[in-house]
Amino acid sequence: MRHWIARQRYLIDFTLASLARRKTKNIGLVLVFSLLVFALASVTLLTSALRQEAARVLAQSPEVLLQRMVAGRHDLIPPGYIERIGRIRGVQQVEGRLWGYYYDPVVKANYTFQVAATVPPPAGRIVVGPGLARFRGVQAGNVLSFRSYSGKLFTFTVDAVLPAESELVSADLVLLNEADFRAFFDYPAGHFTDIALSVANPQEVRTVATKLAAALPDSRPILRDEVLRTYQSIFDWREGIALALLSAAILAFAILAWDKASGLSAEERREIGILKAIGWETGDVIRMKLWEGTLVSLGAFLLGYLAAYVHVFHFSATLFAPVLKGWAVLYPSFTLLPAIDGLQIATLLFFTVFPYAVAVLVPIWRAAITDPDAVMRG
Amino acid sequence: MRYAGRPSALAAWVFAVLIALFLASFADAGRLGQKRSGEQAARAELAARLRLTDLALFTEARYTRHPSLADLHSAAQDHPLSLEHFPSGSLLPPPAHLRNHASLDRETTVPD
Repeated sequence: MRHWIARQRYLIDFTLASLARRKTKNIGLVLVFSLLVFALASVTLLTSALRQEAARVLAQSPEVLLQRMVAGRHDLIPPGYIERIGRIRGVQQVEGRLWGYYYDPVVKANYTFQVAATVPPPAGRIVVGPGLARFRGVQAGNVLSFRSYSGKLFTFTVDAVLPAESELVSADLVLLNEADFRAFFDYPAGHFTDIALSVANPQEVRTVATKLAAALPDSRPILRDEVLRTYQSIFDWREGIALALLSAAILAFAILAWDKASGLSAEERREIGILKAIGWETGDVIRMKLWEGTLVSLGAFLLGYLAAYVHVFHFSATLFAPVLKGWAVLYPSFTLLPAIDGLQIATLLFFTVFPYAVAVLVPIWRAAITDPDAVMRG
Repeated sequence: MRYAGRPSALAAWVFAVLIALFLASFADAGRLGQKRSGEQAARAELAARLRLTDLALFTEARYTRHPSLADLHSAAQDHPLSLEHFPSGSLLPPPAHLRNHASLDRETTVPD
Protein backbone atom coordinates (compact mmCIF):
# COMPACT_ATOMS: atom_id res chain seq x y z
CA MET A 1 0.00 0.00 0.00
CA ARG A 2 2.80 2.36 1.00
CA HIS A 3 4.57 1.54 -2.23
CA TRP A 4 1.39 2.30 -4.21
CA ILE A 5 0.94 5.67 -2.47
CA ALA A 6 4.59 6.61 -3.04
CA ARG A 7 4.22 5.67 -6.70
CA GLN A 8 1.07 7.82 -7.08
CA ARG A 9 2.81 10.75 -5.38
CA TYR A 10 5.68 10.57 -7.87
CA LEU A 11 3.17 10.45 -10.70
CA ILE A 12 1.33 13.50 -9.28
CA ASP A 13 4.67 15.33 -8.83
CA PHE A 14 5.50 14.66 -12.44
CA THR A 15 2.00 15.61 -13.65
CA LEU A 16 2.05 18.93 -11.76
CA ALA A 17 5.52 19.74 -13.05
CA SER A 18 4.32 18.96 -16.56
CA LEU A 19 1.21 21.17 -16.09
CA ALA A 20 3.42 23.97 -14.72
CA ARG A 21 5.43 23.95 -17.94
CA ARG A 22 2.27 25.07 -19.79
CA LYS A 23 1.14 27.30 -16.94
CA THR A 24 -0.88 29.97 -18.77
CA LYS A 25 -2.77 27.48 -20.91
CA ASN A 26 -3.67 25.26 -17.96
CA ILE A 27 -4.63 28.07 -15.60
CA GLY A 28 -6.86 29.47 -18.37
CA LEU A 29 -8.44 26.06 -18.81
CA VAL A 30 -9.17 25.69 -15.07
CA LEU A 31 -10.65 29.21 -14.98
CA VAL A 32 -12.96 28.63 -17.95
CA PHE A 33 -13.96 25.23 -16.58
CA SER A 34 -14.67 26.77 -13.12
CA LEU A 35 -16.74 29.53 -14.71
CA LEU A 36 -18.87 26.98 -16.49
CA VAL A 37 -19.41 24.95 -13.31
CA PHE A 38 -20.18 28.22 -11.50
CA ALA A 39 -22.91 29.13 -13.99
CA LEU A 40 -24.46 25.65 -13.98
CA ALA A 41 -24.28 25.29 -10.19
CA SER A 42 -25.70 28.81 -9.63
CA VAL A 43 -28.76 28.00 -11.77
CA THR A 44 -29.24 24.66 -10.03
CA LEU A 45 -28.90 26.07 -6.51
CA LEU A 46 -31.09 29.12 -7.17
CA THR A 47 -33.94 27.24 -8.81
CA SER A 48 -33.97 24.48 -6.23
CA ALA A 49 -34.03 27.06 -3.39
CA LEU A 50 -36.82 29.04 -5.09
CA ARG A 51 -38.81 25.87 -5.72
CA GLN A 52 -38.60 24.93 -2.06
CA GLU A 53 -39.39 28.49 -0.98
CA ALA A 54 -42.56 28.59 -3.09
CA ALA A 55 -43.67 25.19 -1.79
CA ARG A 56 -43.20 26.21 1.87
CA VAL A 57 -44.44 29.80 1.71
CA LEU A 58 -47.54 29.01 -0.34
CA ALA A 59 -48.39 25.85 1.61
CA GLN A 60 -51.10 27.76 3.48
CA SER A 61 -52.50 29.67 0.50
CA PRO A 62 -56.27 29.29 -0.05
CA GLU A 63 -57.34 25.69 -0.63
CA VAL A 64 -59.58 26.66 -3.52
CA LEU A 65 -59.80 29.97 -5.38
CA LEU A 66 -62.77 30.62 -7.54
CA GLN A 67 -62.59 32.96 -10.50
CA ARG A 68 -65.43 33.92 -12.76
CA MET A 69 -64.72 33.74 -16.47
CA VAL A 70 -66.41 35.89 -19.10
CA ALA A 71 -65.40 35.32 -22.72
CA GLY A 72 -62.31 33.49 -21.55
CA ARG A 73 -61.18 36.35 -19.32
CA HIS A 74 -61.15 36.75 -15.56
CA ASP A 75 -64.15 38.84 -14.46
CA LEU A 76 -65.65 40.17 -11.22
CA ILE A 77 -67.69 37.92 -8.95
CA PRO A 78 -71.24 39.31 -8.88
CA PRO A 79 -73.39 39.46 -5.73
CA GLY A 80 -75.02 36.17 -4.72
CA TYR A 81 -72.13 33.87 -5.60
CA ILE A 82 -70.75 33.73 -2.06
CA GLU A 83 -74.15 32.69 -0.66
CA ARG A 84 -74.54 29.99 -3.31
CA ILE A 85 -71.07 28.61 -2.60
CA GLY A 86 -71.73 28.63 1.14
CA ARG A 87 -74.61 26.21 0.57
CA ILE A 88 -72.38 23.60 -1.10
CA ARG A 89 -71.72 20.70 1.27
CA GLY A 90 -68.09 20.41 2.35
CA VAL A 91 -67.29 24.12 2.07
CA GLN A 92 -66.11 25.37 5.44
CA GLN A 93 -65.30 29.03 4.95
CA VAL A 94 -65.95 31.40 2.05
CA GLU A 95 -64.36 34.78 1.68
CA GLY A 96 -64.53 37.26 -1.18
CA ARG A 97 -61.10 38.68 -2.01
CA LEU A 98 -60.66 42.22 -3.27
CA TRP A 99 -57.44 42.98 -5.09
CA GLY A 100 -56.26 44.61 -8.27
CA TYR A 101 -53.31 46.11 -10.09
CA TYR A 102 -52.23 49.71 -10.17
CA TYR A 103 -49.63 51.17 -12.48
CA ASP A 104 -47.78 54.02 -10.83
CA PRO A 105 -46.75 56.40 -13.63
CA VAL A 106 -44.47 58.32 -11.23
CA VAL A 107 -41.98 55.49 -10.94
CA LYS A 108 -43.33 53.29 -13.77
CA ALA A 109 -43.93 50.36 -11.44
CA ASN A 110 -46.86 47.99 -10.97
CA TYR A 111 -48.38 47.56 -7.52
CA THR A 112 -50.87 45.04 -6.19
CA PHE A 113 -53.63 46.72 -4.18
CA GLN A 114 -55.35 44.35 -1.82
CA VAL A 115 -57.91 44.55 0.95
CA ALA A 116 -56.46 43.20 4.18
CA ALA A 117 -59.16 40.80 5.36
CA THR A 118 -57.82 40.51 8.89
CA VAL A 119 -56.86 43.73 10.71
CA PRO A 120 -57.55 46.21 7.88
CA PRO A 121 -55.88 49.63 8.22
CA PRO A 122 -58.13 52.56 9.23
CA ALA A 123 -59.75 54.71 6.55
CA GLY A 124 -57.28 56.81 4.57
CA ARG A 125 -54.32 54.74 5.69
CA ILE A 126 -52.38 52.02 3.89
CA VAL A 127 -49.81 49.37 4.73
CA VAL A 128 -47.17 49.03 2.01
CA GLY A 129 -44.73 46.30 1.01
CA PRO A 130 -41.02 46.81 1.76
CA GLY A 131 -40.08 46.92 -1.94
CA LEU A 132 -42.52 49.71 -2.66
CA ALA A 133 -41.47 51.61 0.48
CA ARG A 134 -37.83 51.40 -0.54
CA PHE A 135 -38.54 52.41 -4.10
CA ARG A 136 -40.79 55.35 -3.25
CA GLY A 137 -38.62 56.27 -0.24
CA VAL A 138 -41.50 56.24 2.25
CA GLN A 139 -41.89 55.09 5.82
CA ALA A 140 -44.69 54.95 8.37
CA GLY A 141 -46.32 58.36 8.73
CA ASN A 142 -45.49 59.56 5.20
CA VAL A 143 -48.15 60.41 2.66
CA LEU A 144 -48.59 58.74 -0.74
CA SER A 145 -50.85 59.98 -3.52
CA PHE A 146 -52.21 57.86 -6.35
CA ARG A 147 -54.34 58.98 -9.25
CA SER A 148 -57.09 56.40 -9.62
CA TYR A 149 -58.28 55.02 -12.96
CA SER A 150 -61.25 57.37 -12.80
CA GLY A 151 -58.88 60.33 -12.68
CA LYS A 152 -59.42 61.31 -9.06
CA LEU A 153 -56.43 61.86 -6.80
CA PHE A 154 -56.38 59.82 -3.58
CA THR A 155 -54.01 60.55 -0.72
CA PHE A 156 -53.17 57.88 1.81
CA THR A 157 -51.04 57.96 4.93
CA VAL A 158 -48.62 55.06 5.29
CA ASP A 159 -49.70 53.28 8.45
CA ALA A 160 -46.88 50.74 8.44
CA VAL A 161 -44.37 49.04 6.17
CA LEU A 162 -44.54 45.22 6.02
CA PRO A 163 -41.47 43.49 7.51
CA ALA A 164 -38.42 43.32 5.22
CA GLU A 165 -38.16 39.53 5.53
CA SER A 166 -41.57 39.16 3.86
CA GLU A 167 -40.44 40.97 0.71
CA LEU A 168 -40.47 37.89 -1.52
CA VAL A 169 -44.27 37.73 -1.20
CA SER A 170 -45.09 41.35 -0.42
CA ALA A 171 -42.66 43.64 -2.29
CA ASP A 172 -45.37 45.44 -4.30
CA LEU A 173 -48.35 45.16 -1.94
CA VAL A 174 -50.56 48.05 -0.89
CA LEU A 175 -52.98 46.93 1.81
CA LEU A 176 -56.03 49.05 2.48
CA ASN A 177 -59.54 48.69 3.86
CA GLU A 178 -62.56 47.65 1.81
CA ALA A 179 -64.22 51.08 1.61
CA ASP A 180 -61.00 52.76 0.40
CA PHE A 181 -60.41 49.99 -2.12
CA ARG A 182 -63.92 50.24 -3.57
CA ALA A 183 -63.70 54.03 -3.73
CA PHE A 184 -60.25 54.00 -5.33
CA PHE A 185 -61.07 51.50 -8.06
CA ASP A 186 -64.74 52.50 -8.42
CA TYR A 187 -65.56 48.90 -7.63
CA PRO A 188 -69.26 48.07 -7.84
CA ALA A 189 -70.84 47.30 -4.45
CA GLY A 190 -71.21 43.60 -3.63
CA HIS A 191 -68.70 42.53 -6.30
CA PHE A 192 -65.44 40.74 -5.51
CA THR A 193 -62.28 39.96 -7.48
CA ASP A 194 -62.35 36.28 -6.65
CA ILE A 195 -63.38 33.94 -3.85
CA ALA A 196 -61.10 32.05 -1.47
CA LEU A 197 -62.62 29.06 0.23
CA SER A 198 -61.53 26.35 2.58
CA VAL A 199 -62.81 22.80 2.60
CA ALA A 200 -63.59 20.89 5.81
CA ASN A 201 -62.03 17.63 4.66
CA PRO A 202 -58.81 18.00 2.60
CA GLN A 203 -59.67 14.70 0.83
CA GLU A 204 -62.78 16.34 -0.59
CA VAL A 205 -61.13 19.35 -2.25
CA ARG A 206 -61.47 17.91 -5.73
CA THR A 207 -65.08 16.83 -5.14
CA VAL A 208 -65.95 20.30 -3.89
CA ALA A 209 -64.26 21.84 -6.94
CA THR A 210 -66.36 19.60 -9.19
CA LYS A 211 -69.52 20.66 -7.35
CA LEU A 212 -68.53 24.32 -7.67
CA ALA A 213 -67.96 23.96 -11.40
CA ALA A 214 -71.35 22.26 -11.77
CA ALA A 215 -73.21 24.82 -9.64
CA LEU A 216 -71.49 27.84 -11.22
CA PRO A 217 -70.59 26.87 -14.81
CA ASP A 218 -68.94 30.22 -15.55
CA SER A 219 -66.45 29.78 -12.69
CA ARG A 220 -62.95 28.39 -12.68
CA PRO A 221 -61.78 26.75 -9.47
CA ILE A 222 -58.00 26.86 -8.89
CA LEU A 223 -56.81 24.39 -6.28
CA ARG A 224 -53.85 24.96 -3.96
CA ASP A 225 -52.21 21.87 -5.44
CA GLU A 226 -52.36 23.52 -8.85
CA VAL A 227 -50.82 26.73 -7.50
CA LEU A 228 -47.96 24.74 -5.99
CA ARG A 229 -47.58 22.71 -9.18
CA THR A 230 -47.43 25.95 -11.19
CA TYR A 231 -44.45 27.06 -9.14
CA GLN A 232 -42.71 23.72 -9.47
CA SER A 233 -43.10 23.89 -13.23
CA ILE A 234 -42.09 27.57 -13.44
CA PHE A 235 -38.74 26.88 -11.84
CA ASP A 236 -38.26 23.63 -13.75
CA TRP A 237 -38.90 25.61 -16.92
CA ARG A 238 -36.70 28.50 -15.83
CA GLU A 239 -33.87 26.12 -14.97
CA GLY A 240 -34.36 24.39 -18.31
CA ILE A 241 -34.26 27.69 -20.21
CA ALA A 242 -31.15 28.85 -18.37
CA LEU A 243 -29.45 25.53 -19.04
CA ALA A 244 -30.52 25.72 -22.69
CA LEU A 245 -28.96 29.20 -22.93
CA LEU A 246 -25.86 27.86 -21.22
CA SER A 247 -25.69 24.95 -23.63
CA ALA A 248 -23.83 27.18 -26.10
CA ALA A 249 -21.18 27.79 -23.44
CA ILE A 250 -21.13 24.10 -22.57
CA LEU A 251 -20.69 23.22 -26.23
CA ALA A 252 -17.89 25.78 -26.62
CA PHE A 253 -16.16 24.31 -23.61
CA ALA A 254 -16.69 20.79 -24.91
CA ILE A 255 -14.97 21.79 -28.16
CA LEU A 256 -12.11 23.36 -26.20
CA ALA A 257 -11.76 20.32 -23.95
CA TRP A 258 -12.06 17.93 -26.88
CA ASP A 259 -9.44 19.91 -28.81
CA LYS A 260 -7.11 19.84 -25.86
CA ALA A 261 -7.84 16.25 -25.03
CA SER A 262 -7.84 14.75 -28.50
CA GLY A 263 -5.17 16.77 -30.27
CA LEU A 264 -1.95 16.13 -28.46
CA SER A 265 0.55 18.90 -28.98
CA ALA A 266 3.92 18.00 -30.50
CA GLU A 267 5.49 18.75 -27.13
CA GLU A 268 3.18 16.34 -25.28
CA ARG A 269 3.75 13.69 -27.93
CA ARG A 270 7.51 14.04 -27.55
CA GLU A 271 7.18 13.91 -23.79
CA ILE A 272 5.33 10.59 -24.00
CA GLY A 273 7.96 9.25 -26.40
CA ILE A 274 10.77 10.18 -24.04
CA LEU A 275 8.96 8.68 -21.05
CA LYS A 276 8.47 5.44 -22.96
CA ALA A 277 12.06 5.48 -24.11
CA ILE A 278 13.40 5.84 -20.57
CA GLY A 279 11.33 2.89 -19.40
CA TRP A 280 7.86 4.13 -18.41
CA GLU A 281 5.15 1.56 -19.02
CA THR A 282 2.01 2.40 -21.00
CA GLY A 283 0.03 2.00 -17.75
CA ASP A 284 2.19 4.64 -16.00
CA VAL A 285 1.68 7.15 -18.82
CA ILE A 286 -2.10 6.60 -18.71
CA ARG A 287 -2.15 6.86 -14.90
CA MET A 288 -0.17 10.11 -15.10
CA LYS A 289 -2.68 11.59 -17.58
CA LEU A 290 -5.60 10.32 -15.53
CA TRP A 291 -4.22 12.27 -12.58
CA GLU A 292 -3.90 15.33 -14.80
CA GLY A 293 -7.55 15.13 -15.90
CA THR A 294 -8.77 14.48 -12.37
CA LEU A 295 -6.78 17.32 -10.78
CA VAL A 296 -7.89 19.84 -13.41
CA SER A 297 -11.57 18.87 -13.49
CA LEU A 298 -12.01 18.24 -9.75
CA GLY A 299 -10.24 21.50 -8.92
CA ALA A 300 -12.45 23.39 -11.39
CA PHE A 301 -15.60 21.71 -10.02
CA LEU A 302 -14.77 22.58 -6.40
CA LEU A 303 -13.86 26.20 -7.26
CA GLY A 304 -16.96 26.68 -9.43
CA TYR A 305 -19.35 25.09 -6.94
CA LEU A 306 -17.99 27.09 -3.97
CA ALA A 307 -18.25 30.35 -5.92
CA ALA A 308 -21.83 29.46 -6.93
CA TYR A 309 -22.80 28.66 -3.32
CA VAL A 310 -21.47 32.01 -2.07
CA HIS A 311 -23.09 33.84 -5.03
CA VAL A 312 -26.57 32.36 -4.49
CA PHE A 313 -26.85 32.17 -0.71
CA HIS A 314 -24.59 34.99 0.50
CA PHE A 315 -25.00 37.50 -2.36
CA SER A 316 -28.65 36.67 -3.26
CA ALA A 317 -27.71 35.59 -6.81
CA THR A 318 -26.89 39.19 -7.77
CA LEU A 319 -25.57 38.25 -11.19
CA PHE A 320 -28.92 36.69 -12.15
CA ALA A 321 -31.02 39.63 -10.93
CA PRO A 322 -31.14 41.39 -14.34
CA VAL A 323 -32.47 38.20 -15.95
CA LEU A 324 -35.09 37.60 -13.26
CA LYS A 325 -36.03 41.26 -13.13
CA GLY A 326 -36.92 41.58 -16.81
CA TRP A 327 -38.67 44.92 -17.32
CA ALA A 328 -40.05 45.06 -13.82
CA VAL A 329 -39.16 48.19 -11.89
CA LEU A 330 -39.95 46.70 -8.51
CA TYR A 331 -37.81 43.70 -7.77
CA PRO A 332 -37.77 42.14 -4.32
CA SER A 333 -34.52 41.88 -2.44
CA PHE A 334 -34.56 38.54 -0.71
CA THR A 335 -32.38 35.95 0.95
CA LEU A 336 -33.20 32.34 0.30
CA LEU A 337 -33.14 29.39 2.61
CA PRO A 338 -30.34 27.17 1.26
CA ALA A 339 -31.70 24.03 -0.33
CA ILE A 340 -28.92 21.90 -1.72
CA ASP A 341 -30.10 18.98 -3.75
CA GLY A 342 -27.38 16.36 -3.18
CA LEU A 343 -28.40 14.39 -6.25
CA GLN A 344 -28.12 17.46 -8.50
CA ILE A 345 -24.68 18.30 -7.12
CA ALA A 346 -23.57 14.68 -7.57
CA THR A 347 -24.87 14.77 -11.16
CA LEU A 348 -22.99 18.00 -11.81
CA LEU A 349 -19.83 16.50 -10.30
CA PHE A 350 -20.17 13.39 -12.43
CA PHE A 351 -20.81 15.27 -15.67
CA THR A 352 -17.96 17.72 -15.19
CA VAL A 353 -15.22 15.58 -13.68
CA PHE A 354 -15.75 12.20 -15.29
CA PRO A 355 -15.97 13.11 -19.02
CA TYR A 356 -12.93 15.36 -18.86
CA ALA A 357 -10.82 12.84 -16.96
CA VAL A 358 -11.76 10.17 -19.51
CA ALA A 359 -11.47 12.41 -22.59
CA VAL A 360 -7.76 13.00 -21.97
CA LEU A 361 -7.15 9.26 -21.87
CA VAL A 362 -8.04 8.19 -25.41
CA PRO A 363 -5.33 10.06 -27.39
CA ILE A 364 -2.76 9.38 -24.67
CA TRP A 365 -3.48 5.69 -24.86
CA ARG A 366 -3.13 5.82 -28.65
CA ALA A 367 0.19 7.66 -28.39
CA ALA A 368 1.40 5.50 -25.53
CA ILE A 369 0.93 2.19 -27.33
CA THR A 370 2.88 3.25 -30.42
CA ASP A 371 6.61 2.88 -30.79
CA PRO A 372 8.52 5.58 -28.79
CA ASP A 373 10.81 6.25 -31.71
CA ALA A 374 7.86 6.91 -34.05
CA VAL A 375 6.16 9.12 -31.44
CA MET A 376 9.30 11.21 -30.87
CA ARG A 377 9.85 11.67 -34.59
CA GLY A 378 6.19 12.74 -34.92
CA MET B 1 8.48 33.06 -4.46
CA ARG B 2 9.02 29.44 -5.38
CA TYR B 3 7.57 26.50 -3.45
CA ALA B 4 10.45 24.33 -2.19
CA GLY B 5 8.48 21.17 -1.21
CA ARG B 6 7.08 18.45 -3.42
CA PRO B 7 4.29 19.59 -5.78
CA SER B 8 2.11 16.65 -4.66
CA ALA B 9 2.22 17.92 -1.05
CA LEU B 10 1.11 21.37 -2.21
CA ALA B 11 -1.68 19.84 -4.31
CA ALA B 12 -2.78 17.74 -1.33
CA TRP B 13 -3.04 20.89 0.79
CA VAL B 14 -4.94 22.82 -1.87
CA PHE B 15 -7.41 19.97 -2.40
CA ALA B 16 -7.78 19.36 1.34
CA VAL B 17 -8.75 23.03 1.76
CA LEU B 18 -11.14 22.94 -1.22
CA ILE B 19 -12.81 19.71 -0.05
CA ALA B 20 -13.06 21.09 3.51
CA LEU B 21 -14.76 24.22 2.09
CA PHE B 22 -17.05 22.02 -0.03
CA LEU B 23 -18.15 20.10 3.08
CA ALA B 24 -18.35 23.35 5.04
CA SER B 25 -20.85 24.66 2.46
CA PHE B 26 -23.31 21.95 3.59
CA ALA B 27 -22.75 22.88 7.24
CA ASP B 28 -23.18 26.55 6.32
CA ALA B 29 -26.41 25.69 4.47
CA GLY B 30 -27.70 24.07 7.66
CA ARG B 31 -26.67 27.08 9.76
CA LEU B 32 -28.25 29.57 7.33
CA GLY B 33 -31.33 27.36 7.11
CA GLN B 34 -31.80 27.59 10.88
CA LYS B 35 -31.10 31.30 10.92
CA ARG B 36 -33.45 32.08 8.03
CA SER B 37 -36.24 29.63 8.86
CA GLY B 38 -37.85 32.29 11.08
CA GLU B 39 -37.93 34.71 8.13
CA GLN B 40 -39.48 32.03 5.93
CA ALA B 41 -42.07 31.25 8.59
CA ALA B 42 -42.93 34.97 8.69
CA ARG B 43 -43.42 34.95 4.89
CA ALA B 44 -45.61 31.85 5.11
CA GLU B 45 -47.63 33.41 7.94
CA LEU B 46 -48.19 36.61 5.93
CA ALA B 47 -49.15 34.61 2.82
CA ALA B 48 -51.66 32.61 4.87
CA ARG B 49 -53.06 35.70 6.63
CA LEU B 50 -53.51 37.73 3.46
CA ARG B 51 -54.54 34.70 1.35
CA LEU B 52 -51.66 35.31 -1.05
CA THR B 53 -51.24 32.91 -3.94
CA ASP B 54 -48.00 34.00 -5.59
CA LEU B 55 -44.44 35.18 -5.03
CA ALA B 56 -43.77 38.85 -5.87
CA LEU B 57 -40.82 37.90 -8.08
CA PHE B 58 -41.95 39.34 -11.41
CA THR B 59 -44.05 42.47 -11.14
CA GLU B 60 -43.88 43.61 -14.74
CA ALA B 61 -47.20 42.21 -16.00
CA ARG B 62 -50.28 40.87 -14.29
CA TYR B 63 -49.84 37.35 -15.61
CA THR B 64 -46.21 37.23 -14.44
CA ARG B 65 -47.10 38.74 -11.04
CA HIS B 66 -49.79 36.11 -10.42
CA PRO B 67 -48.98 33.21 -12.77
CA SER B 68 -51.19 30.81 -10.86
CA LEU B 69 -54.22 33.04 -11.46
CA ALA B 70 -53.44 33.96 -15.06
CA ASP B 71 -56.27 33.47 -17.50
CA LEU B 72 -56.19 31.16 -20.48
CA HIS B 73 -55.19 33.85 -22.97
CA SER B 74 -52.67 35.62 -20.77
CA ALA B 75 -49.81 35.43 -23.27
CA ALA B 76 -52.02 37.06 -25.87
CA GLN B 77 -53.85 39.30 -23.44
CA ASP B 78 -53.85 42.49 -25.46
CA HIS B 79 -55.45 40.98 -28.51
CA PRO B 80 -55.72 37.41 -29.73
CA LEU B 81 -52.72 37.50 -32.06
CA SER B 82 -50.43 39.74 -30.00
CA LEU B 83 -46.88 38.60 -29.53
CA GLU B 84 -45.41 38.02 -26.13
CA HIS B 85 -43.50 41.15 -25.23
CA PHE B 86 -42.30 40.85 -21.64
CA PRO B 87 -38.87 39.24 -21.05
CA SER B 88 -40.28 37.20 -18.16
CA GLY B 89 -42.92 35.80 -20.48
CA SER B 90 -40.23 34.07 -22.50
CA LEU B 91 -38.97 32.40 -19.32
CA LEU B 92 -42.35 31.78 -17.74
CA PRO B 93 -44.50 28.89 -18.96
CA PRO B 94 -48.27 28.91 -18.76
CA PRO B 95 -49.45 27.59 -15.37
CA ALA B 96 -49.30 23.79 -15.10
CA HIS B 97 -53.06 23.46 -14.87
CA LEU B 98 -53.54 25.39 -18.09
CA ARG B 99 -51.11 23.40 -20.18
CA ASN B 100 -52.50 20.69 -22.48
CA HIS B 101 -55.81 22.36 -21.99
CA ALA B 102 -57.50 20.55 -24.84
CA SER B 103 -56.63 17.10 -23.57
CA LEU B 104 -57.44 18.04 -19.97
CA ASP B 105 -60.89 19.03 -21.17
CA ARG B 106 -61.52 15.43 -21.99
CA GLU B 107 -59.84 14.02 -18.88
CA THR B 108 -61.21 16.06 -16.05
CA THR B 109 -64.65 16.79 -14.77
CA VAL B 110 -63.44 20.15 -13.41
CA PRO B 111 -63.19 22.66 -16.27
CA ASP B 112 -60.05 24.78 -16.20
